[in-house]
Amino acid sequence: MSTLKLFSLAALVLALGASAAFAEGPEVGAPVSDQDLARYFAIQPDGEGLPPGSGTVSAGAKVYGERCAACHGDKLQGVPAAGGPALVGGRGTLASPKPVKTVESYWPYASTLYDYVWRAMPFDQPGSLSPDEVYAVSAYILSKAGVVGEDATMDAKSLPKVEMPNAKGFYDGRGPDLSLYHAER
Amino acid sequence: MKQRGPDDAYDPEAAMRPLDEECPCQEGMRPQAKLGRRQLLLSAASTLGASALAVGAARAAEAAPPGAVHYDVPEDPTKEQGRPLLADGGYGTRSQFETEVRVKAKNPTDLTSWTFTPLAAQIGNLTPSGLHFERHHGGIPTIDPARHELIVHGMVGTAKKFSVADLKRMPSVTRKHFIECSGNTLTEWAKPTAKTVQVTHGLLSTSEWTGVLFSTLAREVGLKDAALWVLAEGADAAVMTRSIPIEKLLSDGMIAYGQNGEALRPEQGYPLRLLLPGYEGNTHIKWLRRLQVSDRPFMTREETSKYTDLMPDGRAKLFTLQMGAKSVITFPSADMMLPKPGVYEIKGIAWSGRGRVQSVEVSTDAGKTWRPANIENAAEPMCTVRFNCPWAWDGQAATLQSRCTDETGYVQPTREELVRLRGLNSVYHYNAIQSWAVAADGGVSNVHA
Repeated sequence: MSTLKLFSLAALVLALGASAAFAEGPEVGAPVSDQDLARYFAIQPDGEGLPPGSGTVSAGAKVYGERCAACHGDKLQGVPAAGGPALVGGRGTLASPKPVKTVESYWPYASTLYDYVWRAMPFDQPGSLSPDEVYAVSAYILSKAGVVGEDATMDAKSLPKVEMPNAKGFYDGRGPDLSLYHAER
Repeated sequence: MKQRGPDDAYDPEAAMRPLDEECPCQEGMRPQAKLGRRQLLLSAASTLGASALAVGAARAAEAAPPGAVHYDVPEDPTKEQGRPLLADGGYGTRSQFETEVRVKAKNPTDLTSWTFTPLAAQIGNLTPSGLHFERHHGGIPTIDPARHELIVHGMVGTAKKFSVADLKRMPSVTRKHFIECSGNTLTEWAKPTAKTVQVTHGLLSTSEWTGVLFSTLAREVGLKDAALWVLAEGADAAVMTRSIPIEKLLSDGMIAYGQNGEALRPEQGYPLRLLLPGYEGNTHIKWLRRLQVSDRPFMTREETSKYTDLMPDGRAKLFTLQMGAKSVITFPSADMMLPKPGVYEIKGIAWSGRGRVQSVEVSTDAGKTWRPANIENAAEPMCTVRFNCPWAWDGQAATLQSRCTDETGYVQPTREELVRLRGLNSVYHYNAIQSWAVAADGGVSNVHA
């Protein structure tokens, strides 16, 4: 066998070896333990991913006053100078020239409120609220939005059952903007 | 805590106005009055600095623009030696005579805000990494790559975590793509608002990205049959999350660690970001730390309450992910001044989130007639092209426009068409034809034709 042929054979073996390593695994990456995953969460609209715990509207009022009001206002009306948007109001404005998008008027799922507050609020100490505090402050905001009663308690069972006012206000917008191809354009 | 604030879009139009109104004119085309005022401001600043600090230090610090180092200019560079090797420490800087910078939007806090790429000054098709537009929701985190991991779990055969070194060992791809924020040009729906092309269209940048395809990772972990969506999560203070259709990830989604020949810049997601060619910028999750495979979308805050498009009937579109075909003339553009009638080279940028740019046309009479433009670089999928078109300006008022057609046959719409279809409240995905008016005195401004 010529040197050139030997060389080609060696290259082929190397190439096959490399692709086989990636196909067989677990060559790359390490297994994930439950402990690895414990620090992560993502809450689905049906409640999947919600942690144990609970919170009442009255407990939420205290949390809100201490941790949220500075940016979102005493009446949840928003503080533009602080960058905190209004959390309530705005129902019936979405088809008007000045739509007001709030948790009350726009957000389709209560699960999103829980997920977002737990992961990214309060802005000055993100991710610092306990599950009970997030349930409580969610209950408080939803109560002030007129979505749940003042005696409501939020937990992994009750939160996904909350029907948001704009729950039916969205549709899947994927794909091309078909209206651009309408005959009347 | 006045500086603190969690949100952004409280007043998008006000927020899009830059604090620093730099004029992106080409050399010699800056309005003279403005130049005078700027010179005045600069000399006032120098005087203040000189009184407070050592004269030499103040002058040097002020003379070098960001990304540059000041050196004294010799009378004749052929009559003395220049600088020795590695005087820059081994990492070069741009010329001290190049001054273009990103400008920021006006928001209550700079921790959740954005900056615009100076498009009028861009040379060629790639945006320098240091001028890539930014959009952050919780500041720019500092992440040690040795401690960073990407976890892939959920509806997979074997959940795994990958170190940055693991990912760099895997087969990589290198591809040029633009990223455009879906809020790009949002000030222009109702009336012409922004003063320069940097602010009308500067939430757009193009880079060469290097990384591992999601499909390669998917083979490592195995996907379950029901897998349809993937949650991508960032390691910033916003812990940014978006749900991505798995067919997109499997067609060209990339976990990028390289940008323009070096590691990602921190403000672009160092050490890892998601790259979804043609999708709205918010989905290209920066500081990527987790991919959770699921059979349904998660309906996160960003994909429900923020990046959704409100239609005239009060309902809103979810997951309007692809960026439409779009183009803009960067020269001449608003706030510039043409010194006198004559031949000019109209220049601009065109792109589409659905594939390659097929053609670009230019009009100098507000869209009554169109001429094909020259395309400067080979069109690549979901990548910008540069175009140019010579124009003999006769000194009369003119309205300049450009129109992009992509390889799917989609034609960039006029503003009237777009408003008729979507109303004035949808905020995002404004891709209408942009008009610049050239007045008889040569001044260029942002108009609706």
